[in-house]
Parts: sequence; C-alpha cells; structure tokens
Amino acid sequence: MGYTINVNGQERVVDVDGDTALLWVLRDVLQMTGTKFGCGMALCGACTVHLDGAPIRACSTPVESIGKGRITTIEAIGATPAGQRVQAAWIAHQVPQCGYCQSGQVMSACALLATNASPNDAEIDAAMAGNLCRCGTYPRIRSAIKSAALAGSAKD
Amino acid sequence: MDASHQHNARRGFLKASLGLTGAMVMAFTLPGCRPGAAGTAPTAFVPNAFIAIGADGLVTLVMPFAEMGQGTYTSVSMLIAEELDVDLAAVRLEAAPADEKRYAHPLFGMQITGGSGTIRGAWEPMRKAGAAARMMLVEAAAREWRVEAGACRAARGEVLHPASGRRLGYGALAAKAAALPVPEPVALKPASAFTLIGSAAKRLDIPSKVNGSARFGIDANPPGMKVAAVAACPVFGGKLASVDDSQARAVKGVRKIVRLPDAVAVVADHMGAARKGLAALAITWDDGPNAGFSTAAWDQQLAQALRGKGVVALEEGNAAVMQAAGARVVEASYAMPMLAHAAMEPMNCTALVSKDGAELWVGTQAPARCQALVAKALGLDPARVKVNNHLLGGGFGRRLEADYAVQAALIARQLPHPVKVIWSREEDIQHDMYRPFYRDELRMVLDGQDKPAGFSHRLAGSSVVARYAPAWMAKGIDPDAVHEAGSPYDLAHKYVEFVPVESPVPTGFWRGVGPTHNTFVTESFIDELAHAAGQDPVAYRRALLASKPRALQVLDLAAQRAGWGRKLAPGSGMGVAIVSAWDSFAASVVACRVDAQGAITLERIITVVDCGRVVHPDGVVAQMEGGQIFGLTAALHGHITVEGGRVVQSNFHDYPLMRINEVPPIDTHLVPSAEAPGGTGELGTALVAPALANAVFAATGKRIRSLPLSPEALKRT
Repeated sequence: MGYTINVNGQERVVDVDGDTALLWVLRDVLQMTGTKFGCGMALCGACTVHLDGAPIRACSTPVESIGKGRITTIEAIGATPAGQRVQAAWIAHQVPQCGYCQSGQVMSACALLATNASPNDAEIDAAMAGNLCRCGTYPRIRSAIKSAALAGSAKD
Repeated sequence: MDASHQHNARRGFLKASLGLTGAMVMAFTLPGCRPGAAGTAPTAFVPNAFIAIGADGLVTLVMPFAEMGQGTYTSVSMLIAEELDVDLAAVRLEAAPADEKRYAHPLFGMQITGGSGTIRGAWEPMRKAGAAARMMLVEAAAREWRVEAGACRAARGEVLHPASGRRLGYGALAAKAAALPVPEPVALKPASAFTLIGSAAKRLDIPSKVNGSARFGIDANPPGMKVAAVAACPVFGGKLASVDDSQARAVKGVRKIVRLPDAVAVVADHMGAARKGLAALAITWDDGPNAGFSTAAWDQQLAQALRGKGVVALEEGNAAVMQAAGARVVEASYAMPMLAHAAMEPMNCTALVSKDGAELWVGTQAPARCQALVAKALGLDPARVKVNNHLLGGGFGRRLEADYAVQAALIARQLPHPVKVIWSREEDIQHDMYRPFYRDELRMVLDGQDKPAGFSHRLAGSSVVARYAPAWMAKGIDPDAVHEAGSPYDLAHKYVEFVPVESPVPTGFWRGVGPTHNTFVTESFIDELAHAAGQDPVAYRRALLASKPRALQVLDLAAQRAGWGRKLAPGSGMGVAIVSAWDSFAASVVACRVDAQGAITLERIITVVDCGRVVHPDGVVAQMEGGQIFGLTAALHGHITVEGGRVVQSNFHDYPLMRINEVPPIDTHLVPSAEAPGGTGELGTALVAPALANAVFAATGKRIRSLPLSPEALKRT
C-alpha cells in the first residue's frame, strides 16, 4: 500500500493517493517543512527540490511519477560540496530577507552550478527566473551565485 | 522566562527580579509619549524590552517587533547588545507574546510592526533597556568585590575589575543584579563608543534561512494537528448558500467538511487531500449585494466623488491664490490601481479552540490585534487566547490584519484538534485587503515669472486608517492617505483635500503606505512642471528645496553618481525622484530604455539615502534594494481588477511579480549622518515608481499618469 520514494538517501513509504503532490508528502507526511508552498502551479519556485540532481517543482510533481528517482531537499543539500558553497555564499552576501523563498532559490542555484560551473549574468537570470522573491533579493542572489562558482573553481 | 510576564510593569520604571527559572528578568518601560502616526497621542505608550540572563549566562532577548525580512531581529538585538555589552552571536531570540500594553509600538500605541517605524521607535528604549541591565550587573559585581562600580566595566558578557584583574560572568551575577534597585537615570554610550551600532553585523536569522530550518507560521505542527484548505465566497460580502460534499468526503485522507457563513473548509491528513477534497466540492454561493461591483465602475465613482467636497488636510499660505483669475495653471489627473500584497508565504494560521480558550500559531505583524479579534469572534476573554508568533514569510502590511486568523479559529472551533488552515495562492490574491484605488487631481499655479507658487492636490479613495485604527484619525482626516500629499517642496501656498469613498472591497496598508501613492503623483507632476517650463528636472527640484538641505544633498549626490545630464542613446532615458518620509530622505535616478513595442528594460538604479544614524548599514542597503524592487513590481505589473464583485487575477501568471531577469544593478549609497534614525523599509517602494515613470518620459516623451506602465501606451506606431 502506498508509494516508496527515496528522499535524501532514505527509502520512505507514504500512504497517499498517487496524484498527491510531492510537496505535501514532504511537508505534511514526512514533516520536512524546509520546502515551501507558494503557488501550487509551478509559477514561483518556492517548492524547488532535486530529482536526480535536476530542479523540479514539488507542488506540481505527483508522487506516483517519481518512481526510483532520488529526491534531494533543502534539508540535505548542505551535505553536498556545492550545497555548502551556495549556503556559505548566501550567508556571506546576506541574501535572505523574509527567507520564505530561499529554500527554492538555494536548490535552483545548486542545480545551476551542477551543470554550469561559472555562469554569467544571463545564464544566472535564465536559470533563476522561475524563482520569485517578493522581498527583492535578486541582486544578492546574482552576487552569491558568482561567489559560490568562484569558490567551486578554486577547489578544482 | 514566562515569569517575566507576571510582573506588573509600571509606567516609568524598570523592574528586575528573579524569575521562576532563576534568571534575571527585566521588564523595561519608559515614560513619555511621542505623537502617533496621526499626530495624536496614543492612549497607552508602554514600550518594553525583556532581557533574561540565566545563571548559565545565556542572554535571551524577547523581540517586541516581528521579523518579516526587514532585519529587525538583528537590528533591535544590536541596540540592546550594544549597551548590554554582550556578543550578538551569544544572544537567543524569542518572539514576544500578544500584549498590547507591554509591547505597544512607541510611535503607534499598538503592538504592531510596520510604518517604517521599528528603528525609529526602538532606538532609545532598547538601548536604555540594555544599559540599565548592564549598570545593575556592574553594580552587583562591585558589591561582590567591595569596590566602586566606577572602577569596574562590562565587556562581552562579563564584568571586569581591571585594577585587580577579577572578572565575573553575567550568569554568575544575574541573581544578585536582579535584587538591585533600577538605576536612574540610565547613561547611554556616546556614539563614538559604539562597536555594534553601525557595524557590518551578520543577520542572526540568515543561517536558518539557507538550510530550511527557519520556522514560519506555515511550518507549525502542534500535536494532533490536521490541515485544511478553504474557499471563501469569491464575491466580497457574499455567503455560502449550499455545498454538496459527497465526493469530497470520499477523497482518501479527508476527515471533515467545515461550513462557515461565508466559506467552506476541507480538513484532512495532508494538504494534498485537503486541496483535492476542496476541488471536489460542489459549492453554491449567495453572491450578496456586491455582485455588480467592478473596478471600472469604481473608477467612475471616484471621479464623481472628486467633483464633490472632501476634508481639507493641509492648507498653507493663501488657498485663494489657487483660484486667482488670470494666473497661469498646470493641471493633471492621476490614477493608481488596487494592489495585492502577494507575500510569498500565503496567508495561514494554525488554531486550537477548546472550552478553556484558544491557541494560535501564526506569523503576524500585530499579535495583540490578532488575539483581540480572534477572542471577539469566539466570545472569549482575550487573555484566554495565546498567540505564538513566528517568522513571517513576508508582511508588507498584509499581516497587520487578522482576518485569516479569525477564519482559522472559527474552523478550529468545530474541531477537537488543532488545524492548520493554509490559503491557496488564489485565495490569497482574491481575498486580500488591497492597497486602495486612488484618483488624484493636481494643480499648480505659476507666478508672474512662471515659477511654481501654489499647489493643490485633491485625492479620492478609501480610508484605511478609518477602518484599522480610528484613534489615529485626526479631525476626520486619514493621516496616512494624505502622508506626503503636499510634496516636499517649498511652495508659498499648499492645499490638500481628501475625499474618502468606501468600497465594498476591503482595503489595507500596503508597503510604502500613503507615500507610495502620493510620491508617485507629486514626483511625476513636478517632473511635468519642469518639462513644461523647459527646465532640467534636477535643477527644477533643487530650486524648490532650499529649506530641506538633507533632501537637497541626496538629490545632488544621486544626480552626480548617475552622471545626470549625459547624453543617452535614442530610446533611453533617465528619470529622477526624491522622497522625504519616515524621518528619512532618499533620491533615485533610474535609467531605462523603451523599445518600439513599448517594452521597458531597466538599465541601472542609483539611490542615495540619508536615514540619519544607521544601526545596521547592510540592512538598510538590503531594504533599499528590496523596497525598490517591490515598487518596480507595482510600477511595471501591479494591477488588481474586480468584475462581478470578484477579483479577476488569481496567481502569479496574471498577477506577476518582478523576476530576476527584469532587475537591473542597483547601487545604493548611504549618507553619513548623526541625525536621529529614520525608517527605510518603505522608502525605496515610494521612491522608485516616479523615478521610473520620469525615465520613461525622458526616453519616449510620453507621460504616463496611471500605473502600471502599460507597453500599449508606450508603443511607437
């Protein structure tokens, strides 16, 4: 009965309808509230998590579609070197204000850096345009992503 | 900790005592009244800070102001820690409970966070709270060592006696300090001795906001909690007629359908089930009396109202000059749309109602209002409603309201367990308390030399203050609606008249409040006058600011840093605006280009701010960046329309917010100042829209007098 999904490296069994959005499975069933609800229509990016490393919107991803894919959430992204660099850059640049959208911003930024180690402004804008921030932290998000990219290249 | 709340803090006294947990607990209150926003004295002015120092040396600060992104948890802590002489990293923060007396905002007389008022209100009381506590700890150590207090000093959570090399931590002194009388007067550090105030301190809330551990209201999870999705009647003032819930009840995980007079909620194990259940309801609404309301008709109604008489809010010089025959006159009409707040965290509240009382888990800018209105709705004594405040996923004025908490409490009353009610984004946008729709008529009378002499500004719209805080009304005038309506300029004659017209659509405070509307209108109009006179817009403003050197300085610096006056490519333009509000001054120069289709691309924003003494400089810069982006969203996209009594827009596809690709580099410069601190949370929002509209005019020659700036109106054909 239910679905078995891999979240942050652990197999979790959830007893919900297959059309239940991953967002509510994470937040209400697994009590992982770092992933946020913003719009329910994949318009704002607050619910961004990774499916096999690629960013997806958990509010519009039915649990039955995940199969054997590996989900990574904001609670575990700090365990990866890229996640650590992004989080450190977010703190160094003092990015968050209210902070509500920032889980999604961090997850999108990590996914960007995984595919593009040193994005320029246009590439940052393209990758991050799906993540809304009502407080207007965008200028700092740009700066922080560049810092995280630099920190990554210094390690290579 | 909670023992502190049992002290009956008397006005004018700082009380210290030993808390039940052995902590030194200080409730600090100060006498004196400052005028409220309305220029009237609030009835109860009792600002409080609570400092608790445990025997373990742990310092807990109870935050009287809400953290909604503006950085108050850090800046207010900096004020206390500066005088208490503790490391910022060593303090623990707690949100204040609902308590209108103990935590009333010094400027507003209510327990609210808003109005760009936190630092203005906290600046002196919070430092005094820290200083008094530090003096008592030093005194306790001096008595212990049998030396003069003057021979001791405090540093980083310890008291030192340099002559003997002795030292004691605050934790070891807390119990003794609590027994001492409160010092009077309290001596504050001179600015030259500040080590924290003005420093590049890192925000205390940020580490938790990059790893998902920050707890917002929406993350509350008391034992036994269920969740609920809700639909309220889409027509304002309408009711629930009937609902067929047979299919909803069949959804796996759905527990109960709750009916309210104007809404229906589906309670479930998780929000996926609740939302699925809600979608499966067959609801019939009774649209009620407002089913014919529309913003188009409302616009006509405001125009009609402006032909009548309103309340005179400002009259300087001789109003008769405005009507003098033969005078040269420039006139213009402006209009501003309704706007939703659209905080990223949708409205939500978790509530538990039992026969003994109620408990709320919520993010609110006004905990005591929330408590009072929920108590009223439930027929309870407010003392029996406990409010657990959280971090706010955006406030912007929306969370000054308690409607969503009242709704959650009424749903919870029908349930034996706590319920977390989360609005969908559609509910959030369609049941907001909107920034009012305004219409403005402006008129400038020119003297014999064609210089501006007499300014008249007549505006019509709904009054937020009359509903929200009737006590702030001053002689029938809504002080917020007319805030900065007279412009900051030196003019011999000024006249402001407000015609209040109430709409069936609820209206509320929106980031930037009165000045966001009025600064757009007056700064656009002064730009029109400059161009009509064939003068440079910066020079034209300069000539009218002789009595405001701080405004003049930010204007000059912004123009200089932006390279004002240099030649730009065809289709590009620079616009300037200034704002003077909340004891602060700022100027922005916006550079943009407009293509043949009327699409606006922002190129750069240069901003100069004089907000007096700065507590947390990077926090001010962040507020100026974010405040301007908030204002740009309104200028470029913001528009709520109502048809058939229902809001047309529903989510971010038709109520868009600015995205990262639309945002230009923003360069913010702070002017050093020793003046009293001013507010900055809303300055940028008020400032940026007119600067952009003026830049659009410079680029296209088209004057846009209503927002948002429509590409249709700017198209070159």
